[in-house]
Amino acid sequence: MTLPKPVSRLIEQFQRLPGVGPKTASRLVYHLLRVPEEQARNLGEALLDLHAQTRFCSVCFNITDVSTDPCAVCRDDKRDGSLLCVVEAPLDVQAVERAQGFHGRYHVLHGAISPVEGIGPENLKIGELVERVRKGGVQEVILATNPSMEGEATAMYIHRALQGQGVRVTRLARGLPVGGDLEYTDETTLAKALEGRSAM
Amino acid sequence: MSRERTYQTEAVVLRRRNWGEADRILTLFTPLRGKIRVRAVGVRKPASRKAGHLELFHRATLFLAKGRDFDIITQAETVEAYSPLREDLIGSAAASYAVELLDRLSPEESENAAAYRLLVRTLEQLSAGGDPALALRCYDLKLLEYSGYKPELSLCTVCGGEIRAEDQFFSPARGGAVCPRCADRAEGRFPVTLAALKVLRHIQRSELEEALQLPVGKSTLEELESILQRYIQYLLESPMRSRKFYSEVSRPRGEGGV
Repeated sequence: MTLPKPVSRLIEQFQRLPGVGPKTASRLVYHLLRVPEEQARNLGEALLDLHAQTRFCSVCFNITDVSTDPCAVCRDDKRDGSLLCVVEAPLDVQAVERAQGFHGRYHVLHGAISPVEGIGPENLKIGELVERVRKGGVQEVILATNPSMEGEATAMYIHRALQGQGVRVTRLARGLPVGGDLEYTDETTLAKALEGRSAM
Repeated sequence: MSRERTYQTEAVVLRRRNWGEADRILTLFTPLRGKIRVRAVGVRKPASRKAGHLELFHRATLFLAKGRDFDIITQAETVEAYSPLREDLIGSAAASYAVELLDRLSPEESENAAAYRLLVRTLEQLSAGGDPALALRCYDLKLLEYSGYKPELSLCTVCGGEIRAEDQFFSPARGGAVCPRCADRAEGRFPVTLAALKVLRHIQRSELEEALQLPVGKSTLEELESILQRYIQYLLESPMRSRKFYSEVSRPRGEGGV
């Protein structure tokens, strides 16, 4: 049976989303056929706005409203501009914000160095970071890239690139996750946790 | 393969890519099955028991269950993490180069135990902090051999005559040396010095540990890299992606390095 063109087209589009297979895509499409037209229209408009109404903040490269550049965090005077938290992705900003312990500003790299995949420093916002630090006002750069091989390489690379700029460069601590299990912890994490132990 | 639903293997992690909500697809190299792709479920969650054992370059013992499209990792235990690479930018860039070359030269599911041993010994060498320049050239030559692309360096690949003690040519298309008298008949050839050719032949003949001891000057090392890269690029039909980053970080500061 051939599906009507609009149906098959939307199924195809849904299938391109991460974690959505052909079955889920069809279910979503047939669900949308049954909902009030207004709801479907809202979804469509939200999708269109997603690209039309957002942009990268020209300072930190996080996602922001087209009308708000620099972004809300970069504008907020209550935040400490001398403290810069460098993360791989916009979602990481959300994660750090949720932790509620950070009151500085951010810099989003949009990826991590991965030579095997052909992603080098020039594909990330590293040059922009160095330029931002060079302009002054930053005292500490916290490298909050993922504790993966790619994240470590990115952190080491940035550390080298920032040498001689007179800023303090720090790296997030590595250790045991809350609710984790010592028995199943890998050697690297455990060694780092021992190294970074603190007095009680 | 047996029809058992689960099996155990040692493996080195060559590549990883995110999959679904919290999974990853890993490209592994194993001693008995060569390159395989498997699925690691839930490894992007912080409390995952497997995540720390499945980092890039890690050598681990794995238990896998047969899956429909990908086999699924059920347990993982580190054999060697090569931890110093995590704190060594040049070393990790060199290791990236090593895994990329193996990944690109190897078809899936094709046993190559010699290549596995070579990878492990090279990662050991890099993680011990030795100079990667010679280690990578030995790796290039040995891996080309184990993958069926051993360059012919003793006989002219055009006339079959013995290569004499004089400056020669190399032709990627012919897969080896070309003597000066046949040079015009070999397309894409380029000149190689006698010194470089001798080192290449020595590495080819020797065990890896012995080859790594060889005293090789900087300019010869650079020539070796140029010869082998041109050959590898010819075979792969595109340049090595990780080479650019390695060159950038291994140059000293001030010479265009960071």
